Amino acid sequence: MPLDVQTLLKRFREGDRVALSRVISLVENDHPSSPVILDTLYPFTGKALRVGVTGPPGAGKSTLVDHVAARMRTDSQKVGIVAVDPTSPFSGGALLGDRVRMSSVNLDDGVFIRSMASRGSSGGLAWKTFEVCEVLDAFGVDRIIVETVGVGQGELEIADEAHSTVVVLVPESGDGVQAMKAGLMEIGDIFVINKSDRESADTARRMLDSALELKPVKNGWRPPVLSTVALKGEGVEELHRKIEEHLRLLVTSGSIQHRRMEGVRAKIVEILRNRIIQSAWERNKLGRLIDAEVVSVMAGGSTPYKSAAEILRKTGQ
Amino acid sequence: MERKVRVLVAKPGLDGHDRGAKVVASALRDAGMEVIYTGLHQTPEMIVEAAVQEDVDVVGLSILSGAHMTLLPRVVQLLREKGVDDVLVVGGGIIPEADAEELASAGIARIFGPGCPTSEIASYIKDWFETSERAGV
Repeated sequence: MPLDVQTLLKRFREGDRVALSRVISLVENDHPSSPVILDTLYPFTGKALRVGVTGPPGAGKSTLVDHVAARMRTDSQKVGIVAVDPTSPFSGGALLGDRVRMSSVNLDDGVFIRSMASRGSSGGLAWKTFEVCEVLDAFGVDRIIVETVGVGQGELEIADEAHSTVVVLVPESGDGVQAMKAGLMEIGDIFVINKSDRESADTARRMLDSALELKPVKNGWRPPVLSTVALKGEGVEELHRKIEEHLRLLVTSGSIQHRRMEGVRAKIVEILRNRIIQSAWERNKLGRLIDAEVVSVMAGGSTPYKSAAEILRKTGQ
Repeated sequence: MERKVRVLVAKPGLDGHDRGAKVVASALRDAGMEVIYTGLHQTPEMIVEAAVQEDVDVVGLSILSGAHMTLLPRVVQLLREKGVDDVLVVGGGIIPEADAEELASAGIARIFGPGCPTSEIASYIKDWFETSERAGV
């Protein structure tokens, strides 16, 4: 049966979750219908606020997301969750296990959880995470929680995609606080020391808090350091309160609107760049020219730089 | 990019043994599939909701408790009620051959018993996927 995108989108607009799920797949897989889908849905986007949750593997991100989503539901907010886990660079496969921890909201029809494999993206998210968030936004969710893969220090893409970023650490991360200054420490709007029933938790929290004191206050917001015990749900109320407080600040200060404008610009640039490269590539039959130059370099007759210059000369660039 | 096959691996019912499910989940991951693992003690309703949200191509159910004649057909029935009829449902665990035949007529395409090589499961899924309606989208 051929795919009927218009019927699918009609069902989507009527709130059909099977249609939502199918639309997400088409967008995630970069199906030829994806641009039409995103164009059609675009007028319905711009309402959902996005919360990013990041931190090292096993810190308790998924369990916290589960609790925060459940808390958002008590305010009757509809919630979308996008949980990213890594794709194996060896097999191309992935084991997506974040749902295991999300048992308190997985039968709630006000919550939609989607697991995504990173598929070669190295920034802690998947290539199409942003587009999937747009689809959820158009479906009418109020909040989108994006959980990154377990990160080290350099996977910071979430800070661009989320309005508010929560960095989840554990008491044992304390010793590494200094080392993290150039990475995770810079993107957190809210820091959480999870597993705070452990002995060293209070020290870790104070060390992190004092390290953050050295940072200038940005847009009237000083990132708080919170303590949680995700397994017992402790500290979730305070975490949720801080998330909402930060989001409110972003809305009232106009920062969200500004971010959206920047996002639109970046998106147009990205699409243009891809199209321009693709059309120049095909017009000039670059593949064939490159093949010839590779042979020449391997035979010792050229170097990669000389070859690139030669290709540009031949194509009149 | 090659379209990834998405598989839900779930444990319906109350038995607490998920070693087999994990072995199969890892093997399918190593075969290049995206495996959504949902853990122990899932009701058919939870499994079907996860299958819908994740838009999986395949649902793999591992069951050792003996309740397979009740729980497995229920999963297929709930999927159909949601209008999802293009998904492959397979099972594994301790399931007598006679039961497997009856399950086949209830929509569980294949039962993989103890001792079945994981490569056989992966190639069965790949063969099914290539000819399925879902391959193009």
